[in-house]
Amino acid sequence: MSPELAMLLAPLIPAVAAVGVAACHRAPNLREAVTLTASALLILCVMSLVGPVAAGATPVVRLFETLPGLSLEFRIEPLGMLFALVASCLWLVSSVYSIGYMRGNDEAHQTRFFVCFALAIAATMGIALAGNLITLFLYYELLTLVTYPLVTHHGDDAARRGGRVYLGVLLFSSILLFLPAVIATWALAGTLEFVPGGILAGKVSGTGAMVLLALYMFGIGKAALMPMHRWLPSAMVAPTPVSALLHAVAVVKAGVFTVVKVVVYVFGIHFDAAVFAWLPWVAGFTIIAASLVALRADNLKRRLAYSTVSQLSYIVLAASLLAPLSVIGAALHIVAHAVGKITLFFAAGAIYTAAHKTDVSQLDGIGRRMPWTLAAFGIASLSMIGLPPAVGFVSKWYMVAGALQAHQWMAIAVILVSTLLNAGYFLPIVYRGFFVRPDPNEAAHGEAPWPMVAAMVATAALTIGLFFYADLPLRFARMLVGG
Amino acid sequence: MILDHLPALQVVLPLISAPVIVLVRRSRFAWLMAVAVSWVAAAIAVMLAIRVADAGVISYALGNWQPPWGIEYRVDPLSAFVLVLVAGTAAIVAPFSRISVVAELPREQEYLLYAMFCLCLAGLLGITITGDVFNLFVFLEISSLSTYVMVALGQKRQALAAAYRYLIMGTIAATFYVIGIGMLYLMTGTLNMADLSVRLADVTDVRPILAAFAFITVGIGLKLALFPLHQWLPNAYTFAPSAVTAFLGATATKVSIYVLLRFYFTVFGTTLLFRAMPTDQVLMLLSLLGAVTASLVAVFQKDIKRMFAYSSVGQVGYITLGISLANTSGLTAAVVHLLNHAVTKGAIFILIAGITLRTGGASGFDRLKGIGSRMPFTSFGIVIGGLSLIGVPGTAGFVSKWYLVLGAIQRGEWIVAAVVLASSLIAAAYVWKFVETAYLTKPDESSVKAGEAPLPMLAFAWFMVVLCVFLGLDTSLSVGGARAAADFLLGGLR
Repeated sequence: MSPELAMLLAPLIPAVAAVGVAACHRAPNLREAVTLTASALLILCVMSLVGPVAAGATPVVRLFETLPGLSLEFRIEPLGMLFALVASCLWLVSSVYSIGYMRGNDEAHQTRFFVCFALAIAATMGIALAGNLITLFLYYELLTLVTYPLVTHHGDDAARRGGRVYLGVLLFSSILLFLPAVIATWALAGTLEFVPGGILAGKVSGTGAMVLLALYMFGIGKAALMPMHRWLPSAMVAPTPVSALLHAVAVVKAGVFTVVKVVVYVFGIHFDAAVFAWLPWVAGFTIIAASLVALRADNLKRRLAYSTVSQLSYIVLAASLLAPLSVIGAALHIVAHAVGKITLFFAAGAIYTAAHKTDVSQLDGIGRRMPWTLAAFGIASLSMIGLPPAVGFVSKWYMVAGALQAHQWMAIAVILVSTLLNAGYFLPIVYRGFFVRPDPNEAAHGEAPWPMVAAMVATAALTIGLFFYADLPLRFARMLVGG
Repeated sequence: MILDHLPALQVVLPLISAPVIVLVRRSRFAWLMAVAVSWVAAAIAVMLAIRVADAGVISYALGNWQPPWGIEYRVDPLSAFVLVLVAGTAAIVAPFSRISVVAELPREQEYLLYAMFCLCLAGLLGITITGDVFNLFVFLEISSLSTYVMVALGQKRQALAAAYRYLIMGTIAATFYVIGIGMLYLMTGTLNMADLSVRLADVTDVRPILAAFAFITVGIGLKLALFPLHQWLPNAYTFAPSAVTAFLGATATKVSIYVLLRFYFTVFGTTLLFRAMPTDQVLMLLSLLGAVTASLVAVFQKDIKRMFAYSSVGQVGYITLGISLANTSGLTAAVVHLLNHAVTKGAIFILIAGITLRTGGASGFDRLKGIGSRMPFTSFGIVIGGLSLIGVPGTAGFVSKWYLVLGAIQRGEWIVAAVVLASSLIAAAYVWKFVETAYLTKPDESSVKAGEAPLPMLAFAWFMVVLCVFLGLDTSLSVGGARAAADFLLGGLR
């Protein structure tokens, strides 16, 4: 398969799968088979791109001219390759998990759920492969819209409120800040292509550049830089598989992916560092503040959501330092956080399905009944804190090295403090689950349905596996900074 | 050869079909006639557009009386664009109109509606094609009078009041317009647009010209529902028969905007009035006020037809804003939004016509609870149209907004760009009011019971919906045409 064809198929496969899922709404088993087949095909399709991209090729597919001089086009480069790999592999795993979850909880509107899920992946692939800012923006907005029905899945008042905040913040930021930034870039640079070294170098400087950067960083609301983070906890009204794949992987990673893309390919890492000087402070504040909120949150999903806000800002922080090593760390952390956080959400959903518990304070001794679940949770926690043998250690290592390289002592301090905070809000859960005696009056229950456990074990294994075999992601991350 | 007379046929065919319909008085015949005429008109418009693109401006001397003494019909890139827009909308609305007309109107009034439809079409096409300011006034009256009748044919009692109000406002508009051109005639002795623009350049006493300019601006501003002269529009759209709303929503204000463009850039172009007076700033302020307030008012409407009528006032604000920017990007935005908004609103109003068909005429939000599951295609179509109103990428509305914001940024008007984007967020608020009602509210006993609208109606509406997405992805035709028109208009300024 030629790389060009694979790039066309990558967004197309999930989109076609969505149609297939809708067509099979009367036969649930067939419907699930469509989802699984499509996700397997997508992985093969994305895998076929690894060879050419690793060899340094950046194949381009130009679809048609959307606006004079601006085409809808795909162009794969190392970072997009990494993102596409993560999203496609985790789609398969979370499809298995979703099937277990949706059936185990007897959820309504399952067909709509799987249709929107597939469409969200299609949009994510579009973002990963986008060859210029306008294509990226198109899929970015599409992703917001197709995930809205997933957030409001339950259709009750809470879902409606959550959906309003979700859509409100994401549309507000993208229309009012991101879009003018894109248009201004077009007016200044006369191009929206992603070019190594950036397109704005020499085109804008000083205050103008700072304003433009601020428009981008706050406008990319999916990266959840404070104060644009409010949508993320609101999105937790969604069923847990949605929180797992979309609000730990696809949507939020689309945000930080866009941030890294903008830093590396629009501004360029050799851009005047003074323009970026304010950004580490905002990112650092977000990391600490979100961790503090997570520390106090009793609802498990809420705690995970704020942990996500904080972890995303690691990536923004690392990218904003403009040091080659920290940019490598940012790219790696996209992968590391994805596999770790999806495991944590899988565990939260498994606990909800098997025990109907949502709060941390209810989890006394849960590890004795659900050993696999809590073990997976423990491994992923290690990755979040950044301890070996989990992949989170690798990315954090590069980030700290990059901060040293750039002499950013504040960044190092933030990373150290937040590591302690991470430990502070994850380890008590593991301790409580394994070592506190459960309430003897509770009804007995075992593990969640097997597809959920299998998915969880797989992502936990990946969290450890990527620590030992980090070559491939590392290679792409290095290519990103031309190393 | 008959092809040379296309400009005349464009107007004459719909014009003579109206009396034929009145003579025959059969509703089915009337409908067939209206369909045939609108399709032929659309075909002629497309042929004219192709010829203009190939061979440049077409000038046609009516009755072979040479301009500037005789009436000149003139097809240039801009008028070709608007001709296609008007005739094309008529060709889409006419076929399905029968379904909603049969449901909404008493049988003995049906033929009247079609006769008025043809007259209105003739008037709108005439306004667009003529190169003579007085002839334009005549067509303006033809289209206005027939519109009053069509609105009054609405079956609710308020329709009469709405039509009466529209009639008063429309008459004031026409009077202002005719006073304006009277003054121009006084100073120059000509009524031909091209001739006017040449002679106005030599007029030394500018005070009467300024007065004429003001009269014409206010008169046309009334017709195009420029804020705060928009008061007639929401009621007229809400209480008119649904098919009429779909047609008017897509065309009536657009043609008036065309007239404004024509006067600002062709007739007054050489006098530099546009630059000598703060016209652009006044227009910019009114446009922004209109875009924001009308959208805000739309959020609080309890009736979906009314909500989208207010949205139209807001969207007209975008177009006049593009005119006020007076650079290539701004004018491109204005002209392309004529088309994009027509397609979007056309789709939405046809789908709403389908809803009112099922509710027996009611269009309040309380009747639409849970409509997403009862009428899935209708609801989803409205959502896509709504996304285009917001300006989500991948829809036609995005293209317009892109050029509008680009035009503002190129002029250094950052605040204008911010207000435009903020108003599209307000659009998101009112569109989401529909989404939440349709999909996230449980139906109760007053909700719509029946299923989808009839297939032909749905098919035409979805044709527009698909067009709305297509025009957001492939803009070679729409932006290409608009760009040509914008360059043509700015060429008149130099």
